[in-house]
Order: sequence, then C-alpha cells, then structure tokens
Amino acid sequence: MSLSQSNEVTGSFVRVEPSLASVGDYVALMKPRVMSLVVFTALVGLVLAPGQPHPVIAFTALLCIAVGAGAAGALNMWFDADIDALMPRTARRPVPRGRILPGEALAFGLTLAGGSTVVLGLLVSVLAAGLLAFTIFFYVVIYTMWLKRSTPQNIVIGGAAGAFPPMIGWAAASGGIGVESILLFLIIFFWTPPHFWALSLCRVDEYARAGIPMLPVVAGREETQRQILLYTLVLAPLALSPWLMGFAGTAYATVAIAGGGVMLLLARRLRGQRGDAEEQAAKRLFAFSVLYLFVLFAAMLVERTGGMPLGGLG
Amino acid sequence: MSVMDDRTPEPGIVLTEEQKRRRRARSIAIALTLGALVVLFYVVTIVKLGPGVLNRPL
Repeated sequence: MSLSQSNEVTGSFVRVEPSLASVGDYVALMKPRVMSLVVFTALVGLVLAPGQPHPVIAFTALLCIAVGAGAAGALNMWFDADIDALMPRTARRPVPRGRILPGEALAFGLTLAGGSTVVLGLLVSVLAAGLLAFTIFFYVVIYTMWLKRSTPQNIVIGGAAGAFPPMIGWAAASGGIGVESILLFLIIFFWTPPHFWALSLCRVDEYARAGIPMLPVVAGREETQRQILLYTLVLAPLALSPWLMGFAGTAYATVAIAGGGVMLLLARRLRGQRGDAEEQAAKRLFAFSVLYLFVLFAAMLVERTGGMPLGGLG
Repeated sequence: MSVMDDRTPEPGIVLTEEQKRRRRARSIAIALTLGALVVLFYVVTIVKLGPGVLNRPL
C-alpha cells in the first residue's frame, strides 16, 4: 500500500499513513551528488584564496556551504515534485515516491537554508553568508520556480547558482571577492550548458512529456548540438585563464589544454549525429564533462597544496 | 460513574514496527546532528577566542 497518494481534487500529495521516511530519504532530498561537487569547488575557492583560515573555520565554512546546497536541493524537490513524478530519472525521488510530503520537504529545506546561512554568517563571514543566501535564492526562486518552466535558457542562467560555490569559499577565506574567484565562477558557468544539454539530448522525450522547455525540446537537436559546441569553444580557452592570470601552474595548464581539447573533440563529434549514435556521443560528452571539471579544480588544488610553482604571463 | 468512563478509548494511530523503527532512526539522526552542532559551536568558540574566552570581568 502506498504511504501517500495523489489527491485528485487538489493535485497535491496527501499522506494516508504515518511517515515511513528513512534518514536516507532525507539525505536523498539534499541531492548528495550535486552537494559533493559543490563542496569540492568551494574547497578549491577556499584554498586558492589569500589568507588561509583556521582549519576548524574552513571546515565550518564547507559544512555550511554543503548544507546550504542541500537546502537548495530539498526546496527544488519540494517545488518540482509534480514534474519529477513524470520523468523516470526523477520519479524515484523521495517526494514523488511518497516517502516525504511536499510540506515536509519545504520545512526541511527552509530550516537548512536558514541554519546554514546564519551559522556561516556568525562563525565565518557575513559576505560568504550573503553569497550563500543569494545562491539558494537564485537556485530555488530564479531557476526552479521561474526559468526552468519558462525558457530554454533555463540552465544557462540558472547555471550561475552552481557556479557560486568557489566564490563563496573564496569569500569565506579572504572576506572578499577576487578576480580569481570570478574566473572560477565563469569556468563553471560556461561548463554548465554543454554538460546539461548533453544530458538533455538523451532525455528529450522525458522533458517534453513533463512540459519543461529544454533547448532540444524547443529548438531541436541540431541547434542544441550547435550551442553545445559554441559554449565549449568559449569554455576551453576560458579554462586556461587561471594559468594566464598566474594563480595556476603548468600542471594545471597541461590538464586544461588536454581536457579542453577532448571536450571540443567530443562536442564536435556530437554534431550531426542522430539516433543511437547521438545518444552515445551525448553520453560520452556528459560523462567526460564531469571528469573535466573535477580534474581542472583538482589540478588547482594539488598545485596549491603541494606548493608547486604557479604560471602566468606577467 | 459518568457516561464518559463507559466509552472505550479510541486506539488512535498505531504505528507498525517498521514505522517505529524508522521514526527512531530519524530521531537518532536529529539527536546526532544537534550534538554535532553543540561540539562545533564549542570548538569554534575556542578557536576564535582562544584563551580570551576566560578573559572577562568577574
């Protein structure tokens, strides 16, 4: 028997029995995989920033950023429960599955959002807390509530939310916003469209059924492939900027050139493909894009923590 | 005796063993989180104030 059922009159989820939600359901509500990438990029911003904070303060900052990201995920699942239920990729999430009621997800998300922001502001940095609050607001209100269902540019603009964490980490460590942290922001910002559109090319029918105006649904597969290539053409040279600016070394530059080259190759190979060949090419690009971003940031982290020489043209 | 005393009390919501087990797991998770927060605030206070935590007018 289902623990909750869709109310036919209101369309809302109504529980008919006491909760069977496990701790794991609440963890899933925080999108732990997204959270791990957020924490990692925030850590890199924190380590690269001038003025290293005490390890306990750094840990507190990362914890608050992780919880803030989890809050944004929970609020996203609260609002999107109706469309999540329509797509196989998201139908097993706790709210559409009936494990957690939308109201419970809302309360959980708001509590975490408020708690993480206040604790970050009180214990680490008011600027970092402000950025974290803005990021949660941007992801939940601007992306989830507004852009996602109204424009094919949803993940382009909404991608800013995922790009803020290194800037928050930087602010937590230095108390300011440097040009370097803006570059880290831009790298993730221009990485998001090729990454997400590659995934959406494999899920066009799902998005169409749920009424989400993703680019391939609205503008077609060919235009999506073209835009993926265009964004990758901006991303690959942009990823070299940390080395050009002198806050990343030759090891990073090597990784950025090689990774950018593979990204361009995969984006180029995707163009003109149809059917199974397109799906395979899109899946390869999607998988490599995750590795690419991880390796870029890991290279910066290793160089800085390992005391390796930094580059730059100046 | 009053009329109320003759009524059979309603059982209300009776949790199954699985529901009790999961509620207990949720309660333990909340307790651990609160405990971790207490430790965090304590450690951060010591880190931020250091010996100054004791430096106050008596």
